Amino acid sequence: MKLPVNYEIAKTHLLAKKRTTFTAMLGVTFGIGMYVLMISFMSGFNEFLEDSLLSATPDISIYNDIKTDYSHSILDEISDTGKVWNMVHHPKPKDITPNVHNSQKIIEDLKRDPRIRAVSPLLSTQVFYNNGPVQINGTLQGVNILDESKLSGLGDKMKTGKIENLLTVDNGILLGHSLATKLNVQMGDLVTLATPNGTSMRFRVVGTFQFGLGSLDLVRSYVSLSNVQQLLGKDNQYVTNINMKLNDNTQATAVAKEFAARYGYKADDWQNANASAMVSITIRNVMTFVVSFTLLVVAGFGIYNIMSMTIQNKLKDIAILKAQGFSGSDVRTIFLAESVTIGMMGAITGLALGFLMSYGVLNLPFPKNDNISITHYPVTFHWYHYMFGVVFGMLTTFIAGLMPSVRASKIDPVAILRG
Amino acid sequence: MIFGQKKLEKELAPTGTTDVVLESIKLNKSFYEPDEFHVLKDVSFQVKRSEFVSIVGKSGCGKSTLLYLISTLDTAYTGEIHINNRKVTGLTQNQLARFRNEHIGFVFQFHFLLPEFTALQNVMIPAEKLGKYSKSEIEDRAYEKLKWLGMDEFAGKLSSKLSGGQQQRVAIARALINDPTIIMGDEPTGNLDSTNTNIVFDMLKDLSESKGQTIISVTHDEDFAQKSDRVIEMKDGEIIKQ
Repeated sequence: MKLPVNYEIAKTHLLAKKRTTFTAMLGVTFGIGMYVLMISFMSGFNEFLEDSLLSATPDISIYNDIKTDYSHSILDEISDTGKVWNMVHHPKPKDITPNVHNSQKIIEDLKRDPRIRAVSPLLSTQVFYNNGPVQINGTLQGVNILDESKLSGLGDKMKTGKIENLLTVDNGILLGHSLATKLNVQMGDLVTLATPNGTSMRFRVVGTFQFGLGSLDLVRSYVSLSNVQQLLGKDNQYVTNINMKLNDNTQATAVAKEFAARYGYKADDWQNANASAMVSITIRNVMTFVVSFTLLVVAGFGIYNIMSMTIQNKLKDIAILKAQGFSGSDVRTIFLAESVTIGMMGAITGLALGFLMSYGVLNLPFPKNDNISITHYPVTFHWYHYMFGVVFGMLTTFIAGLMPSVRASKIDPVAILRG
Repeated sequence: MIFGQKKLEKELAPTGTTDVVLESIKLNKSFYEPDEFHVLKDVSFQVKRSEFVSIVGKSGCGKSTLLYLISTLDTAYTGEIHINNRKVTGLTQNQLARFRNEHIGFVFQFHFLLPEFTALQNVMIPAEKLGKYSKSEIEDRAYEKLKWLGMDEFAGKLSSKLSGGQQQRVAIARALINDPTIIMGDEPTGNLDSTNTNIVFDMLKDLSESKGQTIISVTHDEDFAQKSDRVIEMKDGEIIKQ
């Protein structure tokens, strides 16, 4: 290969001290390798978690938030509060229905909104699943199953049976997979559900689903909307939540605020509903970047040290090059080329190492856990993570190499040649 | 002082174009570390084409300092230096680097070859920097120079594996590769035994006689100085004999 003389010299330097070159390269390799592994693993885990949360929580849910503010009494309206204190001991709500009153109208209105992809009414209630003498607490969700599937992707999360069974089978029920196991029921078996009001009904299991979140799979079940209305003794307009999926779920917070104001009900967005999980995702992201950054900076310091030492050992060579007509910028080019070459080789081998390690982790079995439905560690392979690794790795080595190289370019040859 | 003044007037007039390759006019230089020390005092002299000049004097008389000034490596001085009818005083570092590359060859006491490169590569590097010839031409020329110095059989050997005398001969070949006007030597034989000293001297002598190249060399070696064309003797920063 034909190179300009500066690069020829850099190449010869690197090849003459193979071990030093290799050691310096290994620093970058491990730095970038570990960065790739960490970011792939962490983002894999975050994406898995976000997916699970998103499918389990609608983008926006409109519901009737029962007022628990008792600081004002109706008595205040008819008495002179300047002279009289009205004391009501232990107030509690009475004759309040927790449903969304004009649900039909709201749903029609929402269906016309271009930002919304799908709307699904929901009637949710607490139930007990009776299994012989054992009662298991849970939530029953009455839904139009096809609408609901558009929101949560329930159709893809079925372990046994199909969601359409709910439409064809009279009194069918879809149980969470862990719940079905706990109740020891399978497809075709009957389960008895009791409401807190004392009514009860028998349903036939027509499918089981798994979201991968223990808090859901162990408590939730789906039946048709009319069945729950029947169970609770309510009319066919009675729903507790109107859930919806947006075309762009990042707008959820703003849109939710707008709907809350428009319909006079509470509107909760998915980020708000999963605030604690979102915080932990953010913290994991921050930690990943801090650790990756540290790894790369440490690799940079490694290069800085090695280049400084190399230059210290080559003072005479630098002086003679300068005497023979190499300028300061030639000298800088030579040593900068060396560190950038080390950085480049380190970055490429680092990516390979990171990819192999990520691939290894992907194939590691995840410790068996009823609450989380993954068999292997979640790992993502995003090209932009790899890009970032290379760019940042090269940048670190460039800066690390630049400082000693600039120092080398300023060396006064006379001081060295005179000895 | 008067002597220097006269000389200056004479030099500035019509000369220059003839066969003067190096001219220094009233060079002054001081060191400020550790204490202020006036190392060169109004040093003026001329060197003609194909002269073999030795600069001698006791340690600390300023002869090495003078050499580094006229070789353009050291730019912290007052006065003027002209090489090949070109004023080099005041040129930028990059211009000087280019100038040295083309016009000045160096031979040092401790040979200073680049240890990772072969003898041939060491000779080729300044020529590759100059970029006047193609790589294969440079290789041929470098090989030729080595052959002239009797070093062709060691061309492919790493320079760190060569003996002191061999290294010095490679260093001379390297100094010659760009056919410089002047070859500067800082104790070129200071580190060699008498056999090698003679070899190196004969080669330098041959260069000045047959190829018309100018040799300016700082030396401690009495014999070496006596055998050269002209001796410049220095004492306490001044030229006392030339």
